[in-house]
Amino acid sequence: MTVRPVIGHTVKAESAAVITGFGSSEIGRRLGRDPLLLTADAALAALADAGLRPGDIDGVSTYPGALWSTPGITGAGVDDVRALLGLRLRWHTGGGELPGQLGSIVNAVLAIAAGLATHVLCFRTVWESTAQERAGGRSSVVARSGRESLQWGKPYGAGYPTYGALAMQRYMSETGATREQFAQLAVVSRANAAANAAAVYREPMTVDDYLEARMISDPLCMLDCDVPVDGAVAVVVSDAAAAAVDRTRAIRIESMGSASGFDESADMLWSRTELTPSDVDVAEIYDGFTILAVRWLEALRLTSRGETGPFIEGGKRIALDGELPVSTGGGQLSGGRLHGYGALLEACIQLRGLGGARQVPGTPGVAVVSSGAESFTSCLLLTR
Amino acid sequence: MTERPTPAISERTAAFWTGGANGELLIARCQACGWWLHPPLPVCRRCHGRDIRPEAASGHGTVWSFTINRYQWSPSMPPPQVIAEVELAEQPGLRLLTSVVGCDEVTIGMPVRVRFEQAGDAWIPVFGP
Repeated sequence: MTVRPVIGHTVKAESAAVITGFGSSEIGRRLGRDPLLLTADAALAALADAGLRPGDIDGVSTYPGALWSTPGITGAGVDDVRALLGLRLRWHTGGGELPGQLGSIVNAVLAIAAGLATHVLCFRTVWESTAQERAGGRSSVVARSGRESLQWGKPYGAGYPTYGALAMQRYMSETGATREQFAQLAVVSRANAAANAAAVYREPMTVDDYLEARMISDPLCMLDCDVPVDGAVAVVVSDAAAAAVDRTRAIRIESMGSASGFDESADMLWSRTELTPSDVDVAEIYDGFTILAVRWLEALRLTSRGETGPFIEGGKRIALDGELPVSTGGGQLSGGRLHGYGALLEACIQLRGLGGARQVPGTPGVAVVSSGAESFTSCLLLTR
Repeated sequence: MTERPTPAISERTAAFWTGGANGELLIARCQACGWWLHPPLPVCRRCHGRDIRPEAASGHGTVWSFTINRYQWSPSMPPPQVIAEVELAEQPGLRLLTSVVGCDEVTIGMPVRVRFEQAGDAWIPVFGP
């Protein structure tokens, strides 16, 4: 495949930026903590990791920022963080209509490549677990939502998982994939979470536990769904040429995909690199529902179209010591819905070799991260 | 007792939600090129025509996918319900989110036809054998 030339540039934008620091707040169920506090904890951890001080940060990028949406889906906006940490910014962006949650990283890279910023603080804060409890539970969140797409489902009793269930049923019918095969995504994620102190669900889980789990919307059960949590993740994206950058620790952004759609986004990512799917050492794919993980695996060509069921059967290939380790920190299924940023954090941890008991053997050199679903998608290929 | 929540009825969605009063499944259709659009939009995605009007569809379709919902998302809708995507006979890919009612078994590809259940001012299109 040819590497797409970048209009007006001799080098691609990705070459201009590196990830210099990453960090997270406490992550958990119903923490009841101020989301700005979670945001500050994550931001300051990322800054410390990058060896930077707040005065060095001149850009902020986030998804979705301060906006009205379902309770707890966002815990801080750009201007909240500017005021909170006393930042002096040259550039910032935030918004809900990015190409997936990782669109906020894509934006940061572009701003750096364009010379608008040197060190961009990127963050994502959620406090859905606490906010949903205060709002009276998950069903009331859906009942009150003004989203037009949900309006079409209301007279039929539909909720968010309905859409996952319809996609999963169709996929199973088209490909012959079984619930026992889907179970492996949940079981392997749980096994990885058991080795990650920051994950929210760490008790051992078996395929039988999955098959006996409460059904939410056949064929989708509770263990096919990720778990709402409170928590924040922050990443510092820096100008690769900046004096403060320690190249031995920096994580390189090999390529980005920001097109609308699983396949479109993944194709864009592969069009901007000479690496191929077989080079991927670890896959931190978006797993809001297990079927979304399957979609991403196939779009990224990590598994063959329609053949993910047999590939993940038994779980050995996607385990930590398998040929394609997936969701090594527990993913959103067992680690908590940090909404794309949890996957990004875990990719950085693995590339830096900081995974401890869940470190992929041999320290991976290439990680793929994906976020979002349907027409709201983005992905990153990261290297050491 | 199941009572379907009344959908928000806007200028754009009124025909779809009220056509059932006359037994009609009204779907937005481009008058220039004949393309059916659901959800209804004021511009045709195929030819960018602006003359979009609701037209009665045949009401025939096939189950594209289905699920048995077991979670109570609405206080007036105690589960279970069969929620489905039905592809209408008029056009490949023309799919509605709906319920399948009046049968013991649902399968992908099963032929279904529309019927309506009243909910306040709305007539909710549902499908059965």
